[in-house]
Amino acid sequence: MSMSNDTILKVDDLQTSFKTRTGTFKAVDGVSFELKRGKTLCVVGESGSGKSVTARSILQIVDKPGTIEGGSIVLTRQDGSQVDLARLNPRGEEIRSVRGREIAMIFQEPMSSLSPVHRIGEQIGEALRIHFGTPKAERRERVLDLLRQVEIPRPETAIDRYTFEFSGGMRQRVMIAMALACNPQILIADEPTTALDVTTQAEILDLIKRLQQSHGMSVLFITHDMGVVAEIADEVLVMYRGRVMEHGTVDEVFHAPKDDYTKRLIGSVVRLERKAEIRLKRAEIEADAAPLLEVRNMSLTFPSGLKAVDDVSLTVRPGETLGIVGESGSGKTTMGRCLLRIYDPQMGEINYRRADGTVIDMRTADKPQLKELRREVRMIFQDPVGSLSPRKTVAQIIAEPLKLAGMRGKELDERVAELMQQVGLEPAWRERYPHAFSGGQRQRIGIARAISVKPRLIIADEATSALDVSLRSQVLDLMMKLQDEMGLSYVFISHDMSVIRYMCDRVAVMYRGKLVEAGETDQVVNRPTHDYTKALLSAIPHPDPRDRRIQNRFRYVAPSASVNG
Amino acid sequence: MTNITQLPPATETDIDLRDQTIAVAGQWRLFWLKFKKHRIALVSLVVICCMYLIAAFADFIAPLDPNATNARFTYAPPQGLSLLHEGSFMPHVDQLKMTLNTESMRREFQADPAKPLAVGFFVPAKPYAMLGFIPMQTKLFGLVNARPGDSLYVMGADRLGRDIFSRVVHGARISLSIGLVGVLMSLVLGVTIGGISGFFGGWVDLGIQRVIELLRSIPTIPLWMGLAAAIPVGWPPLRTYFVITLIVSLLGWTNLAREVRGKFLSLRGEDFVTAARLDGMSEIGIIFHHLVPSFMSHIIATVTLAIPTMILAETALSFLGVGLQPPIISWGVLLQEAQNIRAVAQAPWLLFTPAAAIVIAVLSLNFLGDGLRDAADPYESV
Amino acid sequence: MLRYIARRLVFAIPTLLAVSIIAFIIIQLPPGDYLTTLMADWASQGGAVEAGTVAAMRERYGLDQPMYFQYYKWMAGILLHGDFGISFELGKPVTELIWSRLGFSLMLSLLTLCFVWAVAIPIGILSAVRQYSISDYVATFLAFFFLAVPDFLMALGAMYVMSVWFGQSVGGLFSPEYVDAGWSFGKLLDLANHVWLPVIVIGLGSLAALVRIMRANLLDELSKPYVTTARAKGMSEFELLIRYPVRLALNPLISTLGWILPAVISGEIIVSVVMSLPTTGPLLLRALLAQDMYLAGSLILLISVLTIIGTLISDILLAMTDPRIRLT
Repeated sequence: MSMSNDTILKVDDLQTSFKTRTGTFKAVDGVSFELKRGKTLCVVGESGSGKSVTARSILQIVDKPGTIEGGSIVLTRQDGSQVDLARLNPRGEEIRSVRGREIAMIFQEPMSSLSPVHRIGEQIGEALRIHFGTPKAERRERVLDLLRQVEIPRPETAIDRYTFEFSGGMRQRVMIAMALACNPQILIADEPTTALDVTTQAEILDLIKRLQQSHGMSVLFITHDMGVVAEIADEVLVMYRGRVMEHGTVDEVFHAPKDDYTKRLIGSVVRLERKAEIRLKRAEIEADAAPLLEVRNMSLTFPSGLKAVDDVSLTVRPGETLGIVGESGSGKTTMGRCLLRIYDPQMGEINYRRADGTVIDMRTADKPQLKELRREVRMIFQDPVGSLSPRKTVAQIIAEPLKLAGMRGKELDERVAELMQQVGLEPAWRERYPHAFSGGQRQRIGIARAISVKPRLIIADEATSALDVSLRSQVLDLMMKLQDEMGLSYVFISHDMSVIRYMCDRVAVMYRGKLVEAGETDQVVNRPTHDYTKALLSAIPHPDPRDRRIQNRFRYVAPSASVNG
Repeated sequence: MTNITQLPPATETDIDLRDQTIAVAGQWRLFWLKFKKHRIALVSLVVICCMYLIAAFADFIAPLDPNATNARFTYAPPQGLSLLHEGSFMPHVDQLKMTLNTESMRREFQADPAKPLAVGFFVPAKPYAMLGFIPMQTKLFGLVNARPGDSLYVMGADRLGRDIFSRVVHGARISLSIGLVGVLMSLVLGVTIGGISGFFGGWVDLGIQRVIELLRSIPTIPLWMGLAAAIPVGWPPLRTYFVITLIVSLLGWTNLAREVRGKFLSLRGEDFVTAARLDGMSEIGIIFHHLVPSFMSHIIATVTLAIPTMILAETALSFLGVGLQPPIISWGVLLQEAQNIRAVAQAPWLLFTPAAAIVIAVLSLNFLGDGLRDAADPYESV
Repeated sequence: MLRYIARRLVFAIPTLLAVSIIAFIIIQLPPGDYLTTLMADWASQGGAVEAGTVAAMRERYGLDQPMYFQYYKWMAGILLHGDFGISFELGKPVTELIWSRLGFSLMLSLLTLCFVWAVAIPIGILSAVRQYSISDYVATFLAFFFLAVPDFLMALGAMYVMSVWFGQSVGGLFSPEYVDAGWSFGKLLDLANHVWLPVIVIGLGSLAALVRIMRANLLDELSKPYVTTARAKGMSEFELLIRYPVRLALNPLISTLGWILPAVISGEIIVSVVMSLPTTGPLLLRALLAQDMYLAGSLILLISVLTIIGTLISDILLAMTDPRIRLT
């Protein structure tokens, strides 16, 4: 690759490693790329791919004990002079004059990446003070201007506020304002939208794009989300375990990938873009079958006065999967927990039809009844770490509900082994503790525990959200396989529309505690009727660079609320 | 799009384990593996075990009766133990020669290297009962063939010619056991009250938290002094001992209660506890199957760190004269003798011998507790 | 902010009430009362007391009244007339005896606090920034050592060293010629000459604890993402350290005032006894041993009240420095 004059940053054979007790871990192993003036380069990879360390190496702000072992990072300034950032002393003045002034960076967690005890105006203006010694009054004017650029409402009052007084999206805007303070040539964005809701994410991506154009910046965008890559990238760098697997224009990478890993990665994303094959093949569910679960006008208000679940009604038919989709704070998790009476809803009915045809209202069920019912209605949790007791072996965890149901001895052992096989775990691992398993395997343990007592309905709360995309479809496939084998029904709660579309027969959309729309998945996805659903769907990044959608998205403004994000 | 969707998805990689045994290692094994890395804590554990053994076998280890007085050897200095005599191996101390300094009217002692007194192991002694019930006639070490006028003051003697070393060894019994008994009492109080607070929450919790805050905001020494001073002088030693322990633990439980409550509250929200509840486990079952095992290691660490504060409290009270009183021997009582700075200037071993015992005990317990606390959550770094 | 302070003040009231009850219970705990002790004393000296005198004294102090009434009388005296009762042993009103001593106690405690903070923060910072260096290990070991040495032992050790090695007698806050003299520059200088040793002796234990806390807090803060953010702005490492992690690590340190203060006051009392300083310590010990109940109770009460006020101030300080507490 020759250095053309529009290359602003050229990274060559970068090596960054971490010394640990057991040896040296090469987090970045021979990474090379070029960043062009005014363009967006996306570095994409799953967790542990070294994408974030690559970004941090450029500014030499890798966390201890990481060090740059080799390679060069050549920055070409506007006046044509060049400097190799990798050669500079990480504590020295030279690299400091680059940080914030020529290359600025924004991070994933805007809350923890900003100081909670300093006013945001102070934090934004700091770079101006450091690099230009701008006097205080002038600095304030400039900060107000920056706040206007990032579209924070009422900049004059916002400037003196603290981070915790802002929402997640606003915080990320503050971060961006901070990065723009010195008009940098390069913006490094390290997963800036991962912690945000999808509609907020779309706003932030939009903002970055607009500012990039107006400031003529180059953007190095780190993400794990192929959809985001397809929406914003000019060029793409695919990383896996510290190495570059593929490098090319966004169109090449998505439509003519050469590397096997890239193919698999895109494959697993694309798989989630449509309904699962196993579901397309299946016969239609009887629409007029008596519902397994019928929720009527359920409401829950927390002692703080927050109406978490507001007059929700829904039905689950035998053998079907009902998806519940919504953004953070929509009350979907609380609603799911109400179904199992982890929370007690104050109003409504939760009518559950037992195998013998009798119907029980779970909302008013007493303790012994509830104990019975909780064997028929089970739960799969989001967090594969927190939902398994670290102090029990896999066999103990899976056996617990069986033991409490009275199973003992050899029968119990055999059943546990059978369950482990059923979810794709080696029965030989039965004596292992959860810490010996990866995220996907732990989620399988959770599934085994849920199905151990042969339930009829399972509430799955964000069951795949903590997993990398390549594992997501596998866990979903397992759940559908079990559904067909055991005749299960699912209530599948997720913020991720693609997961819902892949697996759910019907979907209900929640927004601020209310159910705004429900229907057949195909219908809701393709012909949404409620404005919020339209906005939600159109904000989802589409993993095809030839069909970029989020810039022409539909925006929804809640009738009585301020804009969030 | 192309047919890339037909490719098989990536298989899940096994997380690599440095050691396959870790995969099947339970809580306590991981705890031990992590604790072992803390070298100083490991050494401290050995030291602490030795000190408690010494306290238990004080009768056997102390060469002299701690209450035996000897007017000839008032403020006798420590007699250095040497292993060689005239080139051959013979553990001995030099005999002390006493002269009266007529100017200062003080006794002065001089070691006489020409008169070695042989020291041997397992020497015969007056019959006594080890641990109170094993009849014994041997001591760990002592003078071989002692004649009247010979002396063995390893750490010197006090005002009445009592052997400081033997007294410190015997004092370990009271001082170290007060730590244990006191911690046991505050453990019961702390776990019960903290558990109630964390389990019930709401108003009960609020009330208990206020009481704990109140107790913590009062300076301990004046409170202890006030309570201890109320103990009638005429009480039998054993009762005084228990009441002092009770007073000390009365304020010590607050830390434990906070720890237990905090753990209760944070664990109650954990998904695996919710899962157990959904599995049909009763609240009692959840407490004993999930909650207690989860905070057991934290409790052990907190308890270990509470023992030294108990020991120090007893020492301070006895030192001030409002705690244990002679003839009970505890490290604090021994230090009462060192209150007079002129006596200390003349016989520094009155101060430094019990002081060293206290510092070593407290230091080791602190190091041990620190190591335990670091290891208490073995799942952080695995 | 004002609402927060007001709420704290309201919360302090039941605490103060509870403390006064505890102090009262303590002075009521010993079997019998001061008069019984007094009579026993007189009887042992061969003197006899007229029954009438005793009855009159009982009535005057309300000793034959029920407990709650005695408490009420005691509190009413304090709150309405500033009358803390009478020291039986010394035959003087308690107020006459305690104020100057309380003043010295307060001064000693405040000086100790200043010393502890001024020294602990830099050592803690150094220890955290140079984690696992020689200086960190030395600081850590010394911290553990001083945590293990009780303050009265430290006082004895210091006195031993001063008298044997430097030939100086240690004790009191003033040289004999200044004890009863009025305040002058010379007296102040003399005080400064005496006060440093008790301050160090009282402070070392808390100092060690604070160093450990500061080190742990700062290590926590140093690994937070906002440090990386500030670094990415191009800030120098030193400015970065002081402006962000140190600033944030100080907040939990301020909240430690709530227990450092009681610890320092406890230490002050016991060290004062050993070094015979003219503070509340020796007076309290003497009053307790002699069952001089009003004197002892008043001292315990006032010491506790001072501590509670100190904790209150630390709460307010914390609110001033941390917007998260102030605004939510």
